[in-house]
Amino acid sequence: MNKLHLIEDIGSSDIASEPIRKGFGRGLLQAGKENEQVVALCADLTESTQMSLFKEAFPDRFVEIGVAEQNLVTVASGMAAMGKIPFTSSYAAFSPGRNWEQIRTTACLNDRPVKVVGSHAGISVGPDGATHQMLEDIALMRVLPNMVVIAPGDSVEAQKATLALAANNKPSYLRLAREATPIFTTARTPFEIGRAYVLREGSDLTIAATGTMTYQALVAAKILAGDGIDVEVVHCPTIKPLDVATLVASVTKTGKIITAEEAQINGGFGSAVAEALMEHHPVPMRRIGMRDRFGESGEPNELLKHFGLTGTHIALSAHSFLDELA
Amino acid sequence: MKSQMTQVQLEKKATEIRQDIIRMLEHAGSGHSAGPLGLADIFTALYFNVLKYDAKKPNWHDRDLLLLSNGHCVPVQYATMAHAGYFERKELMTLRKFGSRLQGHPERVKLPGIETTSGPLGSGLSQAAGMAYTMQYIDHTPHRWVYVVMGDGELNEGNIWEAAMFAGKNKLQNLIGIVDRNNIQIDGNTEQVMPLESLRAKWEAFGWHVQEVDGHNIESIIDACSMARAIVEKPSLIIAHTIPGKGVDFMEYDYHWHGAPPNSTQAKEALKKLRTLGGKIRSEHE
Repeated sequence: MNKLHLIEDIGSSDIASEPIRKGFGRGLLQAGKENEQVVALCADLTESTQMSLFKEAFPDRFVEIGVAEQNLVTVASGMAAMGKIPFTSSYAAFSPGRNWEQIRTTACLNDRPVKVVGSHAGISVGPDGATHQMLEDIALMRVLPNMVVIAPGDSVEAQKATLALAANNKPSYLRLAREATPIFTTARTPFEIGRAYVLREGSDLTIAATGTMTYQALVAAKILAGDGIDVEVVHCPTIKPLDVATLVASVTKTGKIITAEEAQINGGFGSAVAEALMEHHPVPMRRIGMRDRFGESGEPNELLKHFGLTGTHIALSAHSFLDELA
Repeated sequence: MKSQMTQVQLEKKATEIRQDIIRMLEHAGSGHSAGPLGLADIFTALYFNVLKYDAKKPNWHDRDLLLLSNGHCVPVQYATMAHAGYFERKELMTLRKFGSRLQGHPERVKLPGIETTSGPLGSGLSQAAGMAYTMQYIDHTPHRWVYVVMGDGELNEGNIWEAAMFAGKNKLQNLIGIVDRNNIQIDGNTEQVMPLESLRAKWEAFGWHVQEVDGHNIESIIDACSMARAIVEKPSLIIAHTIPGKGVDFMEYDYHWHGAPPNSTQAKEALKKLRTLGGKIRSEHE
C-alpha cells in the first residue's frame, strides 16, 4: 500500500472525510493560478459545485450562465474556440443530463476541450430524491468519441484530476459526489488520466471500483481478509479511456472480478469493464451498482445500505459470488 | 479579404454561387436546396465585402468569425468559400461523398475555414456568444466580430433563447446574428408549425438591436452589417427576409424544396433560369 502513499488506517471509524466536489473547487482554483486560459462557467450553482473559490479569485474569468445547461456547454465551446480551457459545472442530472447533444456535437465531434463537471452524482445525493440522483451520466458520457470520463475516489484525487483535465486538451467529464467521502489517498498518491491503480494486492478475487465506491471496496477487502479471502482492489478513477491492461493483469491472477459503482450498471463502469474483459480476458464477473431502477429520498447512508452500495454489502456479494463459483 | 467589387459584380458572383449550389446538390443526390439558394446573396455579401479573413490562412488570428448555425444550409457556404479561394471549385462536386471534406453538415475538424461543427439546430448562437464574450471581456479585441447565421425554423429551439438572454445580459456588441427569415421549415410554413412573430419584438425584448433587410439586396445586407458593427452596448440581429429557393422559380416559396435536391432535368432547368437571374434581381431593387 505504501507504494501508492495511501493513508495507513483504511476502515478506521475516525477516517477524515470530505465531499469530493471540494477537491474540484481547490483544483480549479489552482488550475486558474497556473494557467490564465482556464475559465469557469456555472449554471446557477456556483457555491454547491464549489466553483465559488475560482469565482472569488478570478471574477473576470468566471461566467454566470443562469439555469440554462444547453447554453452552459455551448458558450463554453465558443470560449474553447478562442483558446480558453472552459470548466462548466452544474448538477450531473442537468449537465450532462439535459445537454447531451450539445456536448456530443459542439464539444466531442467539434473536438473542443470543454470540461463538463457534474456534481451531486449518485444515490448519495439523498433527500432530494430520484430526480437529482444522477445515475446514468457515466453511460451517457462514455459512449461519446473523444470524451474522457473521470470519477475520482476522494477529494484529494479530485483536485489532481481537475489539474490533469486542465492540461489534457480534450473534452472531458468529471463526476463528483455531494456527500463527504472518506479520504484514502494523500497528496503523494499518483494520478494520471487513463491509469488504474492496484490499491491492495490479492490473489483470490479482484474488486474494481470507481468514484465513491473505491473506498467501500477497500472496506470490503478488509472484511473479506478476516474471512480468509485475499482481495485485490483496483481503483479506476478513469472510466474512459479504461486501463484495460491493469484490469487484465489483475483478473489473470485472480480469475474473477466484481465491479462497484454508484451508478447504473447498465452502460456504466461495470459495463465498461465487462466489455473490455469479454474481448481481452473473459472471467466470471458480478457488477454492483444500481440495477436498472431509480433511487428515492432518504439519508445518504440509508440509501447506500438499501441499494447495497456499502463495503459490507460488497463483502456479502463477494461471498455469494465465490460460493456460486465453488 | 475584402474586395472592391461593384454591386453588379457581387450580384454576378451570387448567381455563380447559386449555379454551383445546383450543380453540387444534383451531383450529391441529396441535400437541401431552398435554404442555400435563399442565402446566396447574404453569403456573397459576407465573404466578398463584410468579413475580414485570409482564405489562404484560415486560422489567421485576427479574422472575423462566421458560424453557420443551421448547418444544413452549408452548400451555400462551401460554394462561397470556393469562390473566395479557400479551395478549388472542383472540390464542390465531392459534397456528401465518402472521404470528402465537404460533409453533409459542416465539420470544423474536416475543413479549414469552418469555425464550428453544426447540424443539430440551435447551438450556433451560444457558441458565437461564447466567442464574443471572450473577445469583449477576456481578450479585449474590439476590432473582431462574430457573425452567426441562423435559420428561422431554428428559432423554435430553446437553446437559441438561452443564448439570446445571455448575449443581451452581457451586451455582446461584437456579436451579430443574421436570421434567414424565409418563412419555411420542414413541416410547412413557420407561422403554422410554430409561430415566430412578432419576431422583431421578441429579440428587442431580449436586449438586442434589430434591423430588418431585404435578404436579396446585397447592398442592404452590407449596410446592415456596417450598422450592426456601429452599435455598441448591445448585440445586433439582422432579420434578413429571403425567398426560399430564390432564383429558381419552381423552387421559390415551396417548403417541399427544404430538404430535397434537384434531379438532372430539374437541375438543367434551374441552371437555365439562373443564367438570367442577375439582371432580374437588379431590376427588382431599382
